[in-house]
Amino acid sequence: MSETGKPISRIDGHLKVTGKAMYSAEFNQPNMAYAFPVRATIAKGRITSLDDTAIKKEPGVISVVSYKNALKLKPLDMPAQAKAGAAFLGENLPPLQDNTVHYPGQFIAVVVAESYEQARAAAYKLKVHYAAEKAATDLKTELPNSKKPTKLMGEEAQVNGGKTATPLATSAHRVDNTYSTPVEHHHPMEPHATVAVWEGTDKLTLYDATQGVGLTGAIAAYFLGLPQENVRVIAPFVGGGFGSKGLWLHTLLVAMAAKAAGRPVKLALTRQMMQTNVGHRAATIQRVALGTDTAGTLKAIRHHTDTYNNLTEFFEPSGKQSLVLYKAPVREVTYNVAKLNRGTPTFMRAPGETPGTFALECAMDEMAYQLKMDPVAFRIANHTTQDPMKGHDFSSEFLVDCYRIGAEKFGWSARSMEPRQKRNGNYLVGYGMATATYPGGRSAASVKVSMTAKGDVTVMTASIDIGTGTYTVLAQTAADALGVPVNRIQVKIGDSSLPAAPLAGGSQTTASIHPAAMEACALLRKELATLAIADSSSKLHGRKPDEIGYADGKLVLIGDDKKTDSYADIMSRARRVEVEACATTLPVSGAGLTVPSALCTPREIPAEQNSDSKHYAFHSFGAQFAEVWVDEDLGTIRVERFTSVQDVGRIMNEKTARSQIIGGVIFGIGAALMEATEYDKRWGSPVVRTLADYHVPVNLDVPPIDVHFIGKADPHISPIGARGIGEIGITGVAAAIANAVFNATGKRVRDLPLTPDKLV
Amino acid sequence: MRPFKFSNAGDPATAITLVSANPGAKFLGGGTNLVDLMKEDVMHPSELVDITRLKHADIEKTATGVSIGGTATNSFTANHELIRKNYPLLSMAILAGASAQIRNMATNGGNLNQRTRCTYFYDVNLPCNKREPGSGCGALKGVNRNHAIFGWSEKCVAVYPSDMAVALAALNAVVHVEGRNNAKRTIQFADYHRLPGDTPEKDNNLKQGELITSIDLPTNDFAERSYYLKIRERSSYAFALVSVAAALSLDGNQIKQVRIALGGVAHKPWRASVAEKWLMGKEATESNFRAAAEAELKNARPLEHNKFKVVMAKKAITRALQGAMQGGVYGLEG
Amino acid sequence: MEDQLKFPDLTDAERKALEELMPDDMSEIITSGLKRRHFLKLITFTGTSLLATHFLGIEQLMARTTAGAPLPPTGVENGVNVAFKVNGSTQKLLVDSRMTLLDALRERLTLTGSKKGCDHGQCGACTVLVDGRRVLSCLTLAATCEDKVVTTIEGLADGHTLHPMQAAFIKHDGFQCGYCTPGQICSAVALMSEAKNGEASYVTRNVRQTGKSVKLSDEEIRERMSGNICRCGAYPNIVDAIREVHGDKAVAQVWQFADGTI
Ligand SMILES: Cc1cc2nc3c(=O)[nH]c(=O)nc-3n(C[C@H](O)[C@H](O)[C@H](O)COP(=O)(O)OP(=O)(O)OC[C@H]3O[C@@H](n4cnc5c(N)ncnc54)[C@H](O)[C@@H]3O)c2cc1C
Ligand code: SF4
Ligand code: FES
Ligand code: FES
Repeated sequence: MSETGKPISRIDGHLKVTGKAMYSAEFNQPNMAYAFPVRATIAKGRITSLDDTAIKKEPGVISVVSYKNALKLKPLDMPAQAKAGAAFLGENLPPLQDNTVHYPGQFIAVVVAESYEQARAAAYKLKVHYAAEKAATDLKTELPNSKKPTKLMGEEAQVNGGKTATPLATSAHRVDNTYSTPVEHHHPMEPHATVAVWEGTDKLTLYDATQGVGLTGAIAAYFLGLPQENVRVIAPFVGGGFGSKGLWLHTLLVAMAAKAAGRPVKLALTRQMMQTNVGHRAATIQRVALGTDTAGTLKAIRHHTDTYNNLTEFFEPSGKQSLVLYKAPVREVTYNVAKLNRGTPTFMRAPGETPGTFALECAMDEMAYQLKMDPVAFRIANHTTQDPMKGHDFSSEFLVDCYRIGAEKFGWSARSMEPRQKRNGNYLVGYGMATATYPGGRSAASVKVSMTAKGDVTVMTASIDIGTGTYTVLAQTAADALGVPVNRIQVKIGDSSLPAAPLAGGSQTTASIHPAAMEACALLRKELATLAIADSSSKLHGRKPDEIGYADGKLVLIGDDKKTDSYADIMSRARRVEVEACATTLPVSGAGLTVPSALCTPREIPAEQNSDSKHYAFHSFGAQFAEVWVDEDLGTIRVERFTSVQDVGRIMNEKTARSQIIGGVIFGIGAALMEATEYDKRWGSPVVRTLADYHVPVNLDVPPIDVHFIGKADPHISPIGARGIGEIGITGVAAAIANAVFNATGKRVRDLPLTPDKLV
Repeated sequence: MRPFKFSNAGDPATAITLVSANPGAKFLGGGTNLVDLMKEDVMHPSELVDITRLKHADIEKTATGVSIGGTATNSFTANHELIRKNYPLLSMAILAGASAQIRNMATNGGNLNQRTRCTYFYDVNLPCNKREPGSGCGALKGVNRNHAIFGWSEKCVAVYPSDMAVALAALNAVVHVEGRNNAKRTIQFADYHRLPGDTPEKDNNLKQGELITSIDLPTNDFAERSYYLKIRERSSYAFALVSVAAALSLDGNQIKQVRIALGGVAHKPWRASVAEKWLMGKEATESNFRAAAEAELKNARPLEHNKFKVVMAKKAITRALQGAMQGGVYGLEG
Repeated sequence: MEDQLKFPDLTDAERKALEELMPDDMSEIITSGLKRRHFLKLITFTGTSLLATHFLGIEQLMARTTAGAPLPPTGVENGVNVAFKVNGSTQKLLVDSRMTLLDALRERLTLTGSKKGCDHGQCGACTVLVDGRRVLSCLTLAATCEDKVVTTIEGLADGHTLHPMQAAFIKHDGFQCGYCTPGQICSAVALMSEAKNGEASYVTRNVRQTGKSVKLSDEEIRERMSGNICRCGAYPNIVDAIREVHGDKAVAQVWQFADGTI
């Protein structure tokens, strides 16, 4: 493997730095019109009248689509949706089908006009009347009416309810505190956008900002009642997603608008809409209790979460990591979930672990202080090498190395246990750390590879590059698997007409598509070998397939590197302009996030290397270390430096991998210090509406971030050995910072974000 | 954004005449506030008159100090040698605001007339007396952590967002305006912006059609000792929770003159005159700074969610005065 | 390595193309005063993606280099005729008075490199240079652009030769999704000339000390780039890229394995 792992620059970098990379909203079409949605101004109730006669006369207006005249969509039907691969929605609310309002800001109509300016102006003028009902707008108020869900993504939601009461009560040391995390928004820099183009009445192309072209296509096909192959979704570049792109039904709204207008239509959501209509991370109130014996050995972990949802069953699973970390004999993880009239919560970068590690890892710090133990030593003392719930070994796990390496690189030994010991001018200086963790998943994937007689290779799969480096690492994998240089490889992704791949979520892309790419390349080599073996003028004529290896664009007889035949020669003698191969790899644990669709040649991979979740637990781990400077007078916190050590399996490209981790850490800095959306209880609408109020980190907030990888391939997840890397970087960050703030000031802030008002 | 007529004024008189003649007309400076509010449908002028090409963009010495043009950009102003050397407080305050791109666009006149960032004001579906007189104040009993602790009324509790203006208040600037038929007048800075009272829809005392032509900065002896301190929720590109413009001149260690203005606490830049009075003639010590800040904040009236601003403002006043004592060198806010 | 120019990752044809493209005097296209040799070195680092358009299979991507012929206006109200220069060529447009410069570039001139991230001045994705200074095109009305000189991300490279800031962004992985990138690069290019003019920032230690050009510390770069939000979190890499161009010497890349190997 000479290319895999190399820190080569992104092969799509040139397009991105020259402005030529095209994102969904940029696929303008001839005769295209512009759409602008109208949004509900109440939190709950019914529309009693919606009078579009006046705005239909506004200049440039082509059509107004509302529940009164909208195309009838297929109704919700979970089993049917599941069969069509369309079960997984941001909210279970096909747009404009009736006059009910479930949350403020819900799309209730869409105006189509000649220009963007006209559509926006007309949309603001639509007169709508409502019959409002009493809405649920506040988590604390609604908690008494909350439910205890039984299932969480197919698993038991309530684990060991009540079982930690005795062990906690009898523990020598106990911490038991409540932590809260606010509503957070994804805010990828590229707003959600769709250009819908109908061809006739039953063929649709969507240029859509999505994390999964296959998934978006399946959803559109299902609800519009079209055959899946009649819907094509294209997204060569996607400007970030973080969980917010692909599952939302404004895409249907655009298709409906385009049908009504009889023209291609573009809709780009505004930032204000992104605060409501495309999901968020729900607020949580988490109570975490830990008990240890006098020596600091954990006896019980209890993690209870109060949160809410709205139009799906999804809720923020912030107890997840408390079922994986540390060697406690009993653990109890429970949830209460209320229902609010608020845009529907969804997956956001490391759903569960982001708020969950904040609570658990702060509690671990609090316990370490109570025990007067070093927080790193305390964690090492309670380390587990097995999944504590299932009893399986972790497939590959180097967490203790992460702690040790992190402590050394960071200079942890310079920390004093006692808070408020280190000053620098107006600042109190503190060190803090936390554990990072995220599951390593893998789904089915298909990849097609073709090679021309000139030696140009194309790798094709319906995957997406949301900034993760998919283009680049796929080229690296194919280069190695075929023995050709990276610069001869083209990568085609972001198109649902290509072989199916999972959506870019759950940190699964690399683990899923690379085994398939390798297998497709192997099939392609096999095809070339068959040609060579059959060809009497080949030096490999008559050899057995397993005697033939490859290198530098040639097939080579193993053990005799004089006996070679180049791909180009084989093909030209066989009069082939192109050879092609396609492979599907299916992990033992099932198809996962991949949309069912026609498969290529299924390739068997030995179960031992194939993500068999019955035998192994797949998790990535890491250790996060922060130094903060706190100005107590002004309440401001500066993260001065950060060290992150990650055990994520094989690193496919060190450059892009490091970027993923620093990106995650920065997301975590945002969650720790500034990100929060507040709502007005009276109307239920967000009073944090735009990027001027929803603060995400800017350049000056971000210190140097020192990233280290363990880099050891995971032998069981796949033949490639890479687990995902997109989400783990954010986990533990807020706890490391909050723990450092405690070390600096002696103040324990258990409510995120740590804004200046909480520290003055 | 609703349709509007656009024109490009060739000279100030034309611009003033156009805007005076149409109550729905507005001057367009950099547009960084007005265009934003028009897209939100908060403001809907029927006519915009671009004034950025008018000859009011100079910065020059005058008999009494320095005059800065109404259409000069914020970045030109902050970087001008005359300002950096003689009014570093103003440079620091401007540079504390927005981003490099916005400062390149924003004009001095537009900066003074920028409107509040109160999110109820921005959300046309929520009540707001400033946007729609008589509709009620959404923030008074709502989420008001970013709102006023001084000078508010039941009608409006908003704060005025400009950083530049906080420095101008401390510097006793004078605003020069010109109305229809060459009607020129000057407005003392303290009288330029208003408290909300019963008419929160009025941010300032400018009349329709009056153009800010320049702002005079009187000569002072604060250049050695002034400091602009800004506390915000992230380290840059955010509006102030609390900010302080502080300037001192000393006789030995005795305070000869002192100016303190606060941002983020009221509907206008808040001159801390109680604290100023308290400090006159006293020794420039930290404990005196603290006592003066205490005295000023005694009169604060925080709302449900912004009590922290009272504590924060006290400490910020003390810190800014210390910063001024240290010669206005950056590095105090963390 | 210092003196010998090498293009390790390029094919012969590409190397030849690159050498032909490289102008003798870079000063016209490089506002930063970056030296030629260093620039060449930078290019070698980014070698694998130098001529990378070839790697991507999406045909549609190959379109836009310069402004396309303006698309015919649809639905214009309160039309304003404006003529301005974009990336060196004069554009005459009839625009709705409400149209922003950003929408004029993206919807009318097919220059979609400038991005719309927030449309309200809150993110910097739409940053372009107008008369040499960085501004936000989302808050600039197109109607105000008469006679202005506009440079967008599409206008920075000289033919196939990247602007050094673009090359440095590739080398240091100064982006992930790439959506904030055009704005970041335009902003960074303008920053180089602001530094050269001696302009101050909020973190300038003493604004009273004026001078010709300033050497930017990392903190200065970070503050001055804070008007460009990157949600992917490429900030440290962006700072490295700018430091390299500003400092005229190579900045090491910092990825590494825990055991010290690379
Ligand atoms: C994201 C963001 C962040 C910001 N952060 C900050 C910050 O931290 N601190 C800060 O202080 N500011 C901040 N600002 C505000 C910015 O400074 C103002 O928008 C800017 O100063 C307004 O100037 P302008 O020329 O663009 O005004 P315009 O938007 O053109 O005009 C504003 C108002 O002033 C009127 N006007 C303009 N010029 C004149 C004149 N000469 N005479 C009379 N009336 C006139 C206009 O008619 C209009 O009503 C921020 C803005 C944005 C968008
Ligand atoms: S504080 Fe003022 S601006 Fe805000 S809602 Fe109340 S009246 Fe409107
Ligand atoms: S799009 Fe202009 S600043 Fe965000
Ligand atoms: S690269 Fe994605 S936002 Fe900056």
